Amino acid sequence: MTAHDPEAMRRPNAPMTTYRYDEYDAAFVSERVAEFREQVRRRLSGALTEEEFRPFRLMNGLYLQLHAYMLRVAIPYGTLTARQMRRLADIAEKWDKGYGHFTTRQNLQYNWPKLVDTPDILESLADVEMHAIQTSGNCIRNVTADHFAGVAPDEIEDPRPTAEFLRQWSSLHSEFSFLPRKFKIAVTGAAHDRAAILVHDIGLRIVKNDTGEIGYQVVVGGGLGRSPFIGKVVGDFVPREDLLAFLEAILRVYNRFGRRDNKYKARVKILVHEKGIDEIRAAVEAEFAAMDRSAFAHDSEEFERIAAFFAPPPYDSLPATSASLRAAKLESPAFANFADVNVGAHKMPGYAIVTVSLKPIGGVPGDATSDQMRVLADASERFGFGELRVSHEQNIILPHVKQDDLLTLWRMLDAAGLATANAGLVSDIISCPGLDYCSLATARSIPIAQAISKRFSDMSRQRRIGKLGVKISGCINACGHHHVGAIGILGLEKKGQESYQITLGGDPTFSASIGEILGPGVTAEQVPDVVEHLVDYYLAEREEGEAFIDTWRRIGHARFKDVLRREGEDGADI
Amino acid sequence: MPVFKHPQILIASNLTDGEVLFLGPSGWERDHRRARVARSADEAAALEALGKRDISANRVVDVYLADVEIGSDGAPTPLHYREKMRVKGPSVRLDLGKQATGGAL
Ligand code: HEM
Ligand code: SF4
Repeated sequence: MTAHDPEAMRRPNAPMTTYRYDEYDAAFVSERVAEFREQVRRRLSGALTEEEFRPFRLMNGLYLQLHAYMLRVAIPYGTLTARQMRRLADIAEKWDKGYGHFTTRQNLQYNWPKLVDTPDILESLADVEMHAIQTSGNCIRNVTADHFAGVAPDEIEDPRPTAEFLRQWSSLHSEFSFLPRKFKIAVTGAAHDRAAILVHDIGLRIVKNDTGEIGYQVVVGGGLGRSPFIGKVVGDFVPREDLLAFLEAILRVYNRFGRRDNKYKARVKILVHEKGIDEIRAAVEAEFAAMDRSAFAHDSEEFERIAAFFAPPPYDSLPATSASLRAAKLESPAFANFADVNVGAHKMPGYAIVTVSLKPIGGVPGDATSDQMRVLADASERFGFGELRVSHEQNIILPHVKQDDLLTLWRMLDAAGLATANAGLVSDIISCPGLDYCSLATARSIPIAQAISKRFSDMSRQRRIGKLGVKISGCINACGHHHVGAIGILGLEKKGQESYQITLGGDPTFSASIGEILGPGVTAEQVPDVVEHLVDYYLAEREEGEAFIDTWRRIGHARFKDVLRREGEDGADI
Repeated sequence: MPVFKHPQILIASNLTDGEVLFLGPSGWERDHRRARVARSADEAAALEALGKRDISANRVVDVYLADVEIGSDGAPTPLHYREKMRVKGPSVRLDLGKQATGGAL
C-alpha cells in the first residue's frame, strides 16, 4: 500500500489524518505473520516445546491466561481508522467471542483466541496495517499519546508525529529487544496531561522555548506496579534534532546499568531511584556526548513526511458555536447531559471532541461488542473523517465532530448503548481484567467497578460529585493504574479471601502523585460503602470548584481516614 | 507418609485453544467433576507424572495440582477462589466459559 491509498482517499469521509504503512512497513509485518505461522505449526507438531515457543508467542502479543489465550493488539498512540475498527470487530466475531477489551495502554485485547487461529488473526490485522508486535516482552512497547492529539485547544503540537517517529525507531530495534524489562513511552503536546507521562518509563512533553523553538521535556523513571514512582526530569529542553539520540542514550544507560538479577527491580524507575536522577542525568549526558550520533541524526524531511500524515482533515469553516446544538440541548435534557459531560472543546470553530464511554452503568469497563465497534466505525465515517482514538481511560474518542451533528450522533450512540454521559465522573472507572481473566490476579476487579458504578447510577448525583477518578487493579502490577486514582482500589488475597486496599490522592497528570493507603483491606461487599462514605465526606467538606483530589489535598489524608474510622465505630463495620 | 492436607486434582490448559482441562480417569476432561482425585502424596505424584507426559506429548501446558474438597455427590470442587473461577469462566460474563454450556456449575 502506498502512503496515500487512492482507494481510501476517494471515499468522501476517508481518514487522512493517520499514518499509513509504506511498502517497507507492510512487507515487514507480513513477514512476521508468515514467521509466526511457521512457529505455530512447529509448536503444534511438537517440533517446539512450550519453553521454546513461549518467547515467540509473546513477541506476537499472545499470552496464556486463566480461561484461554489472550491476544494483545497494538493501537499505536491510540489512533484508529474506521476500517481498522471494523476489522477489529470482524476478528472478534470470527475468531473470538464477539467482543474486545480496550486497555489503559491504548491496546485491544481479545480474551478467547485459539492458538491455531492466531496466525490468521494476525494476517487479518496486517491487512489493515495492524499487528501485535512489541505488545509484550522486554522491549519498547506500544508508544502511547494524548487521545485528544491534534484537536485539543490547549495543544502546542500534535504528539502523534513524534510518537510515530518513535514507533519507527523502536520497532525491532535490535539493541533494545532484550532490555532488563519492558519499556513504556508516552507523549503529550498539550498544556494538560492526558497521557499520564509522569508514570511512564519515559514521558515526553512537547514544549516551546523562549525563542519559539519546539523541543521536549524528557522525564524518566516513572511507573506503577509493585514500587510506584513519579518520573523525574532528565532533560529540560531537548531539541527535536537530538530527540532520538537522547532517548538512545537513556536506553543505553538503562540497558547497561538496569538490574537483571531481580525482575522486580529491573525497571528504569528502580535505577533512577537507586542512583538518583542527578547521576542518571550525568550518565545520559556522558553517553550522549560520547556516542556516534550520526546514526540517529534527525532527518527533518522524514519527520515532515510523517507529520504530513497527521495534517488536519478538511474542516469546514463554521461559526464557533452552533445554534442547532443550543436548541437541541433545550429540547432534550438527556442529550444536554451528554453534551455537557462527554463533549469537549475543539481547536476548530464549530467542531467538538466526543468521548464515547465504554463504561455503561454496571458494565465491564473497556469492553465493546463487535456491533458496538461497527457503530463506532460508522459514526466516525459519518461524523468525523473516519478517525477514532482509544483513550488510556478505556474509552473511545471521536475527535472531529461538527457541533451541528452532535444530536444525530448521540441518537446513534444511544441506540447502541454507547451514550453513557459519565466521562471523567465516578462511574468512568478504569479497571484491569483482574481475576475474571488474568492469570496474575490476586482478586477480581471488574465486579468491584460494576458495584461502584451501580451504587452511583443516578447520573445527576454523579454530576454533582464531579470529576473523580476511580481506578482498580486486580493485583500489585497496577495495570488499572490504581496508584494514580483519586480513589485507587487494589485487589489482594487475605487469608484465602479477596480483599481490597484503598488509596486516596493519586493523580496521573502533570501534578502527579501516588495515592496513600486508607487503612486495612476491606471485603468486596464493603468497597461501594467505603467509596460512598468518602464521596459524602468530600461533598460535605468541599469548597467552591474543588474536585475530590483538591479537597483531599487541602484538608489532608488523616481527616479522610478519621471519617471512616468513626463510621466503623458507629457500627458500619468498615 | 506425610499427612496429606487436602485431596488434589490436576489442572492444565489445552495447547490448541487454551481451554482449562482436568485430568480424568481416562484422559483430559472439560468438566472438573470428572477429574481424578489424588488422596495421598503418592497419588498426587502419579497425576503429576501423567501431566508431564502430556506436556511432552504437546497436548497440554501449564499443568499444576490444585486442592479440592469432595462434595456429597463425590465430585471434587477446587478450594481456592482462583481455581473456582477457572472451573466456570469469568464471573462477569456468565454467558462465556464452561458455565455457558452448563459444563461445570
Ligand atoms: C491480562 C493480561 C495482563 C497481564 C498478564 C499483565 C501483566 C502485567 C505485569 C506483569 C505488569 C507489571 C510490570 C512491572 O511493573 O514490572 C503490568 C503492568 C501494567 N499493565 Fe498489565 N497485564 C495484563 C493486562 C493489562 C491490561 C488489560 C492493561 C490495561 C487495562 C494493562 C496495563 C498495564 C499497565 C498500565 C501497567 C503499569 C505498569 C507500569 O508502570 O509499567 N495490562 N502488567
Ligand atoms: S493488575 Fe494484575 S490482575 Fe490486573 S491485569 Fe494487571 S496483572 Fe492482571
